[in-house]
Amino acid sequence: MSAAPSPSAAAAHAEVHQRPVLEINQLEKCFGDTQVLTSIDLRVKPGELVFVIGPSGSGKSTMLRCCNRLEEPTSGSILLDGEHVTECHGRALDKMRLKIGMVFQGFHLYPHKTVLANVMLAQVKALKRSKPEAEARAKEMLEHVGLAHKASATPGELSGGQQQRVAIARALALDPKVMLFDEPTSALDPELVGSVLKVMKRLRDEGMTMVVVSHEMEFAREAADRVVFMDGGVVVESGTPDEIFGNPKSERLRAFLSRLSPGAA
Amino acid sequence: MRFLDTFFDGAVMAKYLPDLLSAIVTTLWLSVIIVIGGLALGLMLACLHSLGRWYLTLPIVAFADIGRALPPLVVILIFYFGLPGLGIRLSGPMVLILVLGGVLAAFAEEIFWAGLTAVSKGQWEAGRATGLSFAQTLFQIALPQAIRLGIPPLVNRALAITKMTALGSVIGVKEILAVSSSAQSFSGSATPLTMAALAYLAIFLPVVVLSRLLERRYAWAV
Repeated sequence: MSAAPSPSAAAAHAEVHQRPVLEINQLEKCFGDTQVLTSIDLRVKPGELVFVIGPSGSGKSTMLRCCNRLEEPTSGSILLDGEHVTECHGRALDKMRLKIGMVFQGFHLYPHKTVLANVMLAQVKALKRSKPEAEARAKEMLEHVGLAHKASATPGELSGGQQQRVAIARALALDPKVMLFDEPTSALDPELVGSVLKVMKRLRDEGMTMVVVSHEMEFAREAADRVVFMDGGVVVESGTPDEIFGNPKSERLRAFLSRLSPGAA
Repeated sequence: MRFLDTFFDGAVMAKYLPDLLSAIVTTLWLSVIIVIGGLALGLMLACLHSLGRWYLTLPIVAFADIGRALPPLVVILIFYFGLPGLGIRLSGPMVLILVLGGVLAAFAEEIFWAGLTAVSKGQWEAGRATGLSFAQTLFQIALPQAIRLGIPPLVNRALAITKMTALGSVIGVKEILAVSSSAQSFSGSATPLTMAALAYLAIFLPVVVLSRLLERRYAWAV
């Protein structure tokens, strides 16, 4: 199992026999004849931040999107808190998705609703919270991402960084067990990236379990418990940030890191 | 003076005003039923279309294409003069409502559907990823955006089709054009037709202005 925790990763979060929050077993995904994921195994423990890196087209996003079944896995299983995500259908799948927060590269806020309504919608419709309850929670979450003052704005009035923080608040308001980030800062102007990473860092410090697909290597070094390197639809290497960035074992990882930042690794 | 006598003859106006007023009422209620019925049917068909099942999509697309391709007058004549041969006798207003409502539904389905396809896949994914069902995502997220995109073409189309209530004049519906053109025959004056034109303006101009306001109000930056 290539992504099993290494001793040093376990040291970061000392619990040894803790049940993983998210468990991916032998995940395979084909688009037609093209196999994009091959026997992916990944276990994410409570409070762990797993960072997934790799060249574009390596299957990172597809893996993430299989976790909440935005993509249908071809085979393999995915478990959330011991429950099979891959065996859910209809309402059961909708309920399961409530526990899996997702943040997209393109934010995907609802342009016809205010920021507050964006954060309230799924709380009321899917989680069946009362409106006052949902509103209180939404305000709390907006406060948390530093955007309480934008509650009545529409998404179009916000910067990209602000939109992404609202998207994070929207996902958090549902009290997910795990948060998936699919290149959350890739669509942002460089000067706006920091505000989003800051929110993510704080989430991590509060103990949220997170899987982050991103190219922000600095952030990975700083905040990740474990870094997973994917290439060609397989997990090539996984370890602590120090191991991955400081002592890459595979040729593919070395090549990737040197392409990414010449002279850094 | 000759111009005024021809188009604005006071005596003729006074004589035919009561008839025309009741014709305006007829045109109004026909229009309201056609617009509400047509838009509702079109919206419903677009929602069914979005389910992506071929056995729904196929008849819906056929209906929309045929409804948009056929001249409404042809269908009105077939319904009014042809169906009685099968023992189906529909009143003039009923034919008008069925045909024009159907035609509006065909266009509205296309417009709503175009709006739905213009809503990005990411909007659907955001909805579904937060635990909303297909129907909730459709009604809460996709449709409101599709409807707003569709307002300008929908208003145009609804106007164009409600104006076709004038086609009722060929099947004996006492709407504005029928009443005024028969008044024109009896009086030998063009004044009733002027009155008809003014009546149409009185009905439709406010709608055009209203739609402008609506568009402005619902515009949002993305």
